[in-house]
Amino acid sequence: MSDTGTTAALAVEKVSVDLGGRRVLHSVDLRAHRGELVGLIGPNGAGKTTLLRTILGLLKPAAGAVTVEGRPAKPGRVPVGYIPQRLDFAWEFPISVANVVMTGLTGRLGLARRPGAAQWEAVADALDRVRMTELADRPVGQLSGGQRQRVLVARALALQPAVLLLDEPFTGLDMPTQELLSGLFADLAHEGRALLMTTHDILSALDGSDRIALLNRTIVASGTPAELAGDPSLWARTFGIGPGSALLRMVQAAA
Amino acid sequence: MSPIEFLGDLLNPELAFLPKALAVAVMSSIVCGVIGCYVVLRGMAFIGDAVAHSVFPGLAIAFVVGGNLVLGGSLAGIATAILVAVFSQNRRLKEDSIIGVLFVAAFALGVVIISQAPGYAGSLQQFLFGSITGIPDSDLYVVGITGAVVLLVVFLLHKEFVTISLDRESARALGVQVFWLDLVLYVLVTLAVVISVQTIGNILVLALLVTPAATARLLTDRLGIMMALAPAIGGLAALTGLYVSWSWDLPTGGTIVLVLTAVFLLAWVFAPRQGLVARAGRPGRRTRPADPGAVSGSAPAVSLADTDPDPQPATSGARS
Repeated sequence: MSDTGTTAALAVEKVSVDLGGRRVLHSVDLRAHRGELVGLIGPNGAGKTTLLRTILGLLKPAAGAVTVEGRPAKPGRVPVGYIPQRLDFAWEFPISVANVVMTGLTGRLGLARRPGAAQWEAVADALDRVRMTELADRPVGQLSGGQRQRVLVARALALQPAVLLLDEPFTGLDMPTQELLSGLFADLAHEGRALLMTTHDILSALDGSDRIALLNRTIVASGTPAELAGDPSLWARTFGIGPGSALLRMVQAAA
Repeated sequence: MSPIEFLGDLLNPELAFLPKALAVAVMSSIVCGVIGCYVVLRGMAFIGDAVAHSVFPGLAIAFVVGGNLVLGGSLAGIATAILVAVFSQNRRLKEDSIIGVLFVAAFALGVVIISQAPGYAGSLQQFLFGSITGIPDSDLYVVGITGAVVLLVVFLLHKEFVTISLDRESARALGVQVFWLDLVLYVLVTLAVVISVQTIGNILVLALLVTPAATARLLTDRLGIMMALAPAIGGLAALTGLYVSWSWDLPTGGTIVLVLTAVFLLAWVFAPRQGLVARAGRPGRRTRPADPGAVSGSAPAVSLADTDPDPQPATSGARS
């Protein structure tokens, strides 16, 4: 993975993380530049969520450093937008789409301050970007899975972040919805943001990502989808699978 | 007894305790209605119950030493809330186990303390089930001011409370102080409980927190409306309950709770969009709303269906 000379929007350098006294991530190196959609792929327990939490500044690395636009990661201090898994959100809450997006600005507004015209404009822009403007007043409980995912994206966009982190955005969505969302994510990246997306959907990742990082406790490999798909041994190593695996046949078919 | 006669009794100087009880009951119902919205929406009913029980030792100590009940109850409730928040940091035990241990311990402590007071059986019953007599004038001010402070804090921190209720991890990532806001919310629940205990009693106060908010939730999908409706329902039920209990010589706390429960059941059956009646008269309600992003075929995952309270067959924009 070569640095092109410009400062990466997101730079994870030699990061090791311990959880409960056990080393979960070991010397992870990962970069994402503006304009780039990076897919983060690995088996369950590979440390994907731990890595995202470390980038958000919610976990302190035991070694190494995470910088966003050259500044150390700290919750609410650096422009990172986080898009959690849909199941982590209280969809039964009686709140409209626009008001959910506004909660993305809660940290920046600060205690006891109410949103003003500038904030509502940011919310409108974010909703417009994910094409949810028409549903701005709809209670979130009435949305479909794809719409819900776009609400979470809009909430993260309200802060106008340089880096977007997506945690398993495709889980439980049908193929047409996944494809529309993939298109949206690619557009969001190519407009000048850095996107890092964890996913179990290897085909989507190979299809939509500019670069892929294979993670299993450390970065096993990183490269363009074409580069990685051409080397099955990397995938076998990441997932700990034998040569007969259906996963390998799928990767090879995509190459 | 007609409402006119009830009004006469309220104005009768011989029965000065009655308007005081009414004022305290209505004020505390309003405060509980507002705080109860967070309790219901965050699934904190168990915490509300815990806090209600854990204020008991403070009330008992204040009663035994002749101190201010509201102050004593608040201190005990806040101490328990802090203990729960701190003990919950231990990942080996879930929060509900911690709460289960601590609140019963607190309640037991209260029972032991109050047994030291003379005439203990009567005062115990008063604490557990409420009483409308013997509210000192000072309590009117204590309840009024405490209630106003609680509502002011809700007004100031509403945005934060909503943010941490929607999803805690994102709130943390936004730099929102989730731990401290949780603590503040527990303290607010405690204060709402403490000012209500006198009229409605320690055991029944949970109904004041949960039932009006749950009823309001059945009636609306708008948080703002819910937070106005819940205190209105609570206040009216307190008024009605006191009237009924005074007319037929029934225990006040129990009557207020039964009135609230009746309103809840009515809402369950007749709620305009989610009630039994509305559901029965609405065929084909599984239809999905149209998606302006052309994802019209995007049914949500099966696992999401149960978090989806009531998908409406509305066309986009029709409900805005």
